[in-house]
Amino acid sequence: MRLPEPVLTTHVNEPFSYTLENYLKWGGYAAMKKALAMTPGQIIDEVKASGLRGRGGAGFPTGMKWSFVPKDIPKPKYLCVNADESEPGTFKDHVLMERNPHLLFEGCVIACRSIGAKTAYIYIRGEFYHVQKQMEAELQKAYAAGYLGRNICGTGEDCDIHIHRGAGAYEAGEESALLESLEGKRAQPRLRPPFPAVVGLYGSPTIINNVETICNVPPIIERGAAWFQGIGPEKNQGPKLFCVSGHVKRPGVFETSMDVTLRELIYDFCGGIRDGHELKAIIPGGSSTNVLTPASLDAQASFDGLVKAGSMLGSAAMMVMDETTDMVWLAENLTHFYKHESCGKCTPCREGSDWMHKILQKILRGEGAMKDLDLLLSIANNIGGKTLCPFGDAEIAPVVSTLQHFRAEYEHYIREGRSLVPRADWMPRTLVPAHAH
Amino acid sequence: MSFHPQMPYGTPAWHKSERKLPDEGPAFEFTAEQKAKFDEIVTRYPADRRRSALLPALYLVQEQQGHITGNAIAYVAGLIGCSRADVEDVVSYYVMFFTQPVGKYVLGVCRTLGCALNGAGRVTEELCRHLHIAPNETDATGTFTVMEMECLGACDRGPVIMVNNEHWHECQRPEDVPQLLEGLRERGLAALSGCHLKKE
Ligand SMILES: Cc1cc2nc3c(=O)[nH]c(=O)nc-3n(C[C@H](O)[C@H](O)[C@H](O)COP(=O)(O)O)c2cc1C
Ligand code: FES
Repeated sequence: MRLPEPVLTTHVNEPFSYTLENYLKWGGYAAMKKALAMTPGQIIDEVKASGLRGRGGAGFPTGMKWSFVPKDIPKPKYLCVNADESEPGTFKDHVLMERNPHLLFEGCVIACRSIGAKTAYIYIRGEFYHVQKQMEAELQKAYAAGYLGRNICGTGEDCDIHIHRGAGAYEAGEESALLESLEGKRAQPRLRPPFPAVVGLYGSPTIINNVETICNVPPIIERGAAWFQGIGPEKNQGPKLFCVSGHVKRPGVFETSMDVTLRELIYDFCGGIRDGHELKAIIPGGSSTNVLTPASLDAQASFDGLVKAGSMLGSAAMMVMDETTDMVWLAENLTHFYKHESCGKCTPCREGSDWMHKILQKILRGEGAMKDLDLLLSIANNIGGKTLCPFGDAEIAPVVSTLQHFRAEYEHYIREGRSLVPRADWMPRTLVPAHAH
Repeated sequence: MSFHPQMPYGTPAWHKSERKLPDEGPAFEFTAEQKAKFDEIVTRYPADRRRSALLPALYLVQEQQGHITGNAIAYVAGLIGCSRADVEDVVSYYVMFFTQPVGKYVLGVCRTLGCALNGAGRVTEELCRHLHIAPNETDATGTFTVMEMECLGACDRGPVIMVNNEHWHECQRPEDVPQLLEGLRERGLAALSGCHLKKE
């Protein structure tokens, strides 16, 4: 069934939707009270039965992840909420945290109870400080009202939530790098196994979940797994936030279910491509997912639907390009991102992103050679699957998929020394700016 | 030896160590106010995990003196109980820590795809043209620093500019850059659009 009305974003457009008073008025913290009367096992079973899959990128089943936390070791356990939201194109957790923070806090308490944690850290990207300040004020209100801290609502349950500010590093969103960053180090990934559920923050069992994943927990507890199961296609259930940006008329965040198609998202939710232009390419799940062409418009925007179409749902961040977009420039823009953000730990990722970027700049300057295209693919092949974390696979997606679908544009640059696409008014005048870093 | 047989690895054109250590700067110590904030933050982490307070401590340094100096690094290392190299390692990794003096307004213009498709590259060009600087430089009056940032997490409102690591400015059109600069000079941060999610 299509989601009939928003669940996570019901009130986000109303003034003061973020306050504790309004959250309580709208029935907030009822799910938490219900969950505190359940056993941890019952909560995990309910979340497992709902079929909830992680909203952070990989779509891993949440209930199953929680069940990996060992119950019989004396160490403290931790919940880390991934609020790093730095996958290019993604801006959904931003809305949840700014407009509905208590939903996240409530979900944290429930998740903590299910895994036996007494402390949750919300790792928020440094750039969202305006959101963080408001969240901290609301957090204090929740403490004062007895919804957090010691002996929550008289149940004897304890739970502390702390918000930890990152400092501008995409890799800090990768779960093991997030833990490193939270421990006061460079955000670089750890070798796995052991997985964080067993050896995570401070060497203790740790669950890392995306903001949107945690926000789905209170509604599941309140309305039941069967309700959640009934929304959207099989194995891809529940309310889902989609971020759409780029050359559409009304970009923004939309809450619906995963039976929606790319076509509906672009033409119904966003009102179509900006006037006088036509669709050229779609990145369906953030910059780390393969570029698709309009031929994939009817693909279902679900975890499984987009894999079938040759890409991924990722963080549900759709970027839409019209015919004015130079796809070689696009690959260069995103490869600059990866080169800049590569944490430097794995050689293929660190060197490879730099090499690919240099070659793309050379092509953009009109100095490319046909053999550079094979070289790009060869480098990509030396990166994909050869790194400690999926960053390596992510950084090759823009290059490999634009080469697959838009090879003619690359070849035109190489043959003619200039773009096949006339320079758009939104493009920088200096095509290959001299970046200092 | 080359990592990839066809890459001229190791030649000057492809070699890229740009490591620079921050200047020592004047003597550094937290003010009583900053120290009190630090002491509260440390309690959020287990007692034997003070290092978790490193990023927050560096933000406090930056709040106090604008950028991070060698003396501040040594001071923070002492507070946390780690080596100076540990702190340098972290400072040099994260883009939101400044190791050079910056202007009164640090304009972090998003350069990533979502914003670029809506003219972010032009915005940076116009800012630099009006201020007579290149990206990552500060203008002659010390008022503005222009930095290029990667995706700021508001791609539906591009081009987005983050000012002083905190304040939000959305939908900046290249042709309106002079108004933005004028507004900041005259009215300060009130000239920014703020975040559109704010409905109050
Ligand atoms: C390079 C990289 C960056 C990532 N960035 C984020 C991020 O910003 N936010 C997020 O929730 N997950 C991010 N992830 C995914 C996390 O590693 C992790 O899978 C996720 O937080 C798990 O939460 P979930 O099970 O709720 O989806 C990133 C992964 C990689 C490899
Ligand atoms: S691309 Fe600029 S905010 Fe995401």
